[in-house]
Formats: sequence, C-alpha cells, structure tokens
Amino acid sequence: MPGEATLTDPAVQDYEERLIRRIRDGEHDLFYELVRPYEGRVYSAAFSILRNEHDAEDVSQEAVLKAFRHLRQFRAESRFSTWLIQITVNEARMRIRKQLAHMTEPITDHEDEEGNYTPRDFADWREIPSETLERKEVRQLLAEALASLGEKYREVFVLRDMQHLSIEETAQTLGITTGSVKTRLLRARLMLRDLLAPGLGGSWSSRLSFEKGTKPW
Amino acid sequence: MVVNCEVVWREISNYLEGDVEQSLRLAMEEHIHGCERCAAVLDGTRNVIQLYGDERMLEAPLGFGRRLQHRLEENMPRSRRNFLGWIVVGAAASLVAGVIEVARAAIFSRPELRSEHAQPGNGVPPDMEVVVSKDGKLFHRQGCPFIHDKAHVETMTAHEAMREGYAPCVRCMKQYLSNA
Repeated sequence: MPGEATLTDPAVQDYEERLIRRIRDGEHDLFYELVRPYEGRVYSAAFSILRNEHDAEDVSQEAVLKAFRHLRQFRAESRFSTWLIQITVNEARMRIRKQLAHMTEPITDHEDEEGNYTPRDFADWREIPSETLERKEVRQLLAEALASLGEKYREVFVLRDMQHLSIEETAQTLGITTGSVKTRLLRARLMLRDLLAPGLGGSWSSRLSFEKGTKPW
Repeated sequence: MVVNCEVVWREISNYLEGDVEQSLRLAMEEHIHGCERCAAVLDGTRNVIQLYGDERMLEAPLGFGRRLQHRLEENMPRSRRNFLGWIVVGAAASLVAGVIEVARAAIFSRPELRSEHAQPGNGVPPDMEVVVSKDGKLFHRQGCPFIHDKAHVETMTAHEAMREGYAPCVRCMKQYLSNA
C-alpha cells in the first residue's frame, strides 16, 4: 500500500523511541514534538468518524492527552502513530455512543454485510491523477462520499485505506475479526467507487482530459 | 480455473491487497482482460484506494496545532527538570552557541542556509542521493515522512542540496548530525 514504507522508516522510529524515553523521564514538553507529525492524521481520523469539525477537534485533543497519560503503556513493537490513531478512533467511537445514548430512538444499522454487492455498471474510470487532490472541491467531494457510508464501513476504510493500518491492526482496533474487516473493506471500496465514478470519472476527468470523449452520463 | 463477474467483484478487494492465491489471481486477470465492466470496477476501486490513501486527505484545520499545544500545556504537569538540570542545560546551550559561532566564522564563504535554525550537514556523505521540495528548507532521504511537499520534489546529491542552501532533515539524516 502506498505510504506504508515511509512510516516504518527505522530512522524515524529510532528518533521517536528516544523522544518517548525522554518524555517518560520527565521532559513532558517534548510530547508535542512527538505528536506534531501526526496532527493531520489524528484530526482526520476523528473527523471521518464523527463528521463534525467541532467534535473532531475536541476528540483529537482528548486522544492526544490520553496518549500522553498512558505513554508508559505504549509498547515499541507497534508504531507510535498506529497506537495514537487507535486511541483516537476509540475516543471518537465512545463520543458517538454517548451522543446516541441521548437520542430517544436508537439508530440501527440496516446494511447487510454478508450479501453480495453488485457494483454499478459504469463505463470506465481510468487514471485519476493524484494532482486532482490539490483542488479543494475534489477533497471535499471525497470527504462527502466517505461521510455518506454507514459507520461500520467508514471505520474500516478510514483505518485501512487512509491511515494505512494493517488488516490485523484494523481488526484489533475495532474489536472485529479480520474476516469482517475484509468484507467491510470490499463493500466500502465498491460503494465509494459507485459514488465517485460518475463525478470524478465523468465530468471531473473530462475537464482534465478532453480527448477521452463523451460518456453516457 | 474460470471465474465470472460475481467472483471478481467479491475478490477484487483481496486482489488489490495481494491477498488471493495465484490460481485465482490468474483467473481473475484473464476474466478482467476480456470484461469491460470488471476492468472498470478494478480501475475505479484502485482509484478510490489511491486517492483516499493520499496524505493530502489527512489535513487538520488552520490553527489546530497551536490549539492542541495549548491544551497540552494546560493539562500537563511541568517538565521535571531540577535546578541542577537547568544549569547543565544552560551550560550546554552556551557551549553549543560558542561552537556555532566558531563554525559560522569557519564557513563564512558557504551559502546561507534556507532556514536559520537548521544545522549544516557537514557529516552527510556528499554523493548520497537526497530529495528536496522546491519551497522547503531541508533535504531528506527518499521516503522520509517529513518531506514538506511530496508532490514537488527533486532528486539531487547531498552536496548539490547543501550548495543550494538546503539543510539536512534532523529526523532522517540524524545519524550524520553531530549534536542531534
């Protein structure tokens, strides 16, 4: 998966381990230095689950504080960033449970996980250059599509495909089996493709490359 | 083995993870080759993974870091450095400042660093291949997660990077820096 190699960079891990040792020994003000490279990841994990900017920022701060208070429990066999994201996702899920408890009618997830999903029959959606992401409206479009997925699909997709946790780490964070991770991941990816292909594959990319010809939509 | 569209849709995610057996992988590839719809599903799913997996999707709002740092400071016990510790730190700092002064005089003819806080990269092997981003101040190893703007990077040797005023990244070049 893209990005994964960079995150295991031994030089970074080594640097973080040394920072962690110093923080544990009392140099608390170094903690922000440790967390700073992952700010965007923490916020975006919280936001993808909560879908609300105010809650996302508050939960991010809570999660970082929690990580600080539990730093002694961090074991170096996993990456610090993975551990931090796992804490963030747990905090975000707890916040959602709390919010739901205040509602009179419980929201039940009616989506059927086991049934087969038939992807819609679009013509092709080939190469979207990643430069498209420079455009804010494209990032916005992607965020909206993700927000429209059911919670259980969104969580798995965020951890695996955006935060680049492994299947096992994703399963462990959410307390589900690796089999469920794979099933939900498949569904999330196909649903997102169905949601995005008409916009990104059609009008968006035709503005980018006119030689692609007309599309049926 | 021959597979139909349903099998391809069911396995496409595992296929992209590299998590299918070779016989199934080959059968899927053969099917996709002759099936426009499945080829479109594969391309689309791959696009989804690529776009959402991009770092630019992981953005915090403006001022987020400052507010986070503030919240941390409010909720953390103060750093446990005793008075003696501060004396040691102070002495070390003035020693470093002195060394930097001497070093600055010695490298007077060198190009000015793009960042005034950066350390010069005298210990970095000059022919090592490094990457820089045009608007950045530092040079990095390929793949360092601290590269400023991954979309606009250039590869050059460490020697060239230093000549252009880039300083070594304190994370990925740490082993070459004396006082990191």
